[in-house]
Amino acid sequence: MRTGDTAQLIDMTGLEALFGALHERDYTIVGPTVRDGTVTMAELETAAELPWGWAADTGPGHYRLRRRDDDAGFAHCAGPQSVKTFLHPPRARLWSADRTPDGVTTTGPEPPTKRYALVGVHPCDVAALAVLDRVLAHGEHPDPVYTARRDGTLVVTAECTEPGETCFCASMGTGPAATGGYDLALTELLDGGHRFLVRAGSPAGADLLERLPARPASPVDVAAADTAVQQAAATMPRRMPDGPLPELIAANRESPHWADVASRCLTCGNCTMVCPTCFCVSTTDVTDLTGEHAERWRQWDSCFSVDFSYVHGGPVRASGASRYRQWISHKLGTWHEQFGMSGCVGCGRCIAWCPAGIDITREAAALAGEPS
Amino acid sequence: MTAVVTATASGVIPRPYRVIHRHEDTADTVTLELDRAGEGLPEFGPGQFAMLTAYGIGEVPISLSGSRGTRLIHTIRAVGAVTRALCAAAPGEVIGVRGPFGTQWDVGAAAGHDVLVVAGGIGLAPLRPVVERLLADRLAYGRVAILVGARQPRELLYPGDLRRWATHVRVEVIVDRPAPGWRGRSGLVTELIPLAGVDAGRAVAYLCGPEVMMRATARALLDRGVAADRVWLSLERAMRCGAGWCGHCQLGPLLLCRDGPVVGYPVAEPLLNVREL
Repeated sequence: MRTGDTAQLIDMTGLEALFGALHERDYTIVGPTVRDGTVTMAELETAAELPWGWAADTGPGHYRLRRRDDDAGFAHCAGPQSVKTFLHPPRARLWSADRTPDGVTTTGPEPPTKRYALVGVHPCDVAALAVLDRVLAHGEHPDPVYTARRDGTLVVTAECTEPGETCFCASMGTGPAATGGYDLALTELLDGGHRFLVRAGSPAGADLLERLPARPASPVDVAAADTAVQQAAATMPRRMPDGPLPELIAANRESPHWADVASRCLTCGNCTMVCPTCFCVSTTDVTDLTGEHAERWRQWDSCFSVDFSYVHGGPVRASGASRYRQWISHKLGTWHEQFGMSGCVGCGRCIAWCPAGIDITREAAALAGEPS
Repeated sequence: MTAVVTATASGVIPRPYRVIHRHEDTADTVTLELDRAGEGLPEFGPGQFAMLTAYGIGEVPISLSGSRGTRLIHTIRAVGAVTRALCAAAPGEVIGVRGPFGTQWDVGAAAGHDVLVVAGGIGLAPLRPVVERLLADRLAYGRVAILVGARQPRELLYPGDLRRWATHVRVEVIVDRPAPGWRGRSGLVTELIPLAGVDAGRAVAYLCGPEVMMRATARALLDRGVAADRVWLSLERAMRCGAGWCGHCQLGPLLLCRDGPVVGYPVAEPLLNVREL
């Protein structure tokens, strides 16, 4: 709900003040900006770098920027990159080791040099952070690279008021409203003056909000924000099929539908790279020429690569059909059993960035026997 | 949000262990006895595995095949670059060890039962700590049989242990391809099951070997009346972390580094029956 004492209103000056306050607190601000023909996540100096007046048209295998006829800064749907890139870096050194007379001396991963404030993150990606937290931070053996970056990260979410063609967060229960996991939540309002409803979701957020030139939001502003977000949910074009997906997936392990997907899937792995929750990694050990120094590097991996399942003798999942099955089964089904939640947040990136335009919602619907 | 606590890096950093003894078991298999060359690791249970690092080459998951005080014993078959380097490690050399990871053979739960240990090839390695535990408390268990299969006589592991075990419990050995001079049985390990002499109705079974061997063995045991939930398998998939966050070791809903490698047959069976899962 957007009601209550904490609902405040800021304008563009207030947003600039937010950037200033975050810089003052030594945060490195990461937010959406226009780059390489996309809205991508990057380090930002000022609020002016946000994608004001831009939207993105998406569809299966399709993403194009579009000029808006207003100045909205957060009315774009998910771009090719999520905040995963910053907290679970594509490449990281796990350790470096030097041979000594007594054995080996090993140094762990370098501590992060930056503390991030993630600004303008849509609720689907905030939900993705909760998924990464569960997988990488809350297991028996937490990942030191992720937790060192995640700890102390500040999240300013921007509620989604204009979903894209490929979005289905409403059916995943992860958006378009911000329901948790943030320090501050913004709702962008355009009619009657460009302004932002702001709510604090944590003491750190409340502290920040106090420093901003804000005024209490009127019931009219709150209602406008409610309407904008409800509208986004109502107009969202895609949805996951109803019913329990883990059971659906488990019941379809031998479905002939996997061969049908495989006839279209290029097993390129794009879906896993753009996915905000795909966490799989591989490791590579390297050494210098003397052999006295060794390092282990970790990099993103994809279950679509043949090597991913390699055990001595060959890969377990040699066929494209088995690899697509693994990906979607994990995302929608077995993730629940492994981590107690879905691995899909409904951001739609995998649909837009699939060169073959494979649509996870349509494949799930086909498995569920829904007419396409 | 400061929602998570920063983890220490100790879990990803291999601890240096020095090779104390190196024993060539077969043409491609070596057993290393390792002692800590710094801070040691927590105690390993039977069935658990370590991630072993050949510095500068890579890391592989290897089950514990024995222990001596704080020393770890691992039996390694050279099948790739990392395992070749580990197998070549001479006494005095330092390798990296992380662990212990994964589930254990719950040998204590077999107390009062007959016990069947069925191994194929290097599958005997993770089962050796089970046998030692059974023998250490022999009276706690009923009849015990150890059934061992190997491709060829020269690939049989731990012949000294097999002879020692045979003085306490029933040990049967079979090979696929007998060589000249082999006077033992030839065939598949499943053919040894009728010789085990255990009461199927009260037997607990521990299986480790190639997947096809474990599936055939488990089915044969169930056919003879062993309860499915008393059959335990040790499964293998690719692993990069041991910690549940590299994603490689998935078998359906299982992360085998966390939910395995030791898995009950009722859980494993429907998963192993699906090709390329």
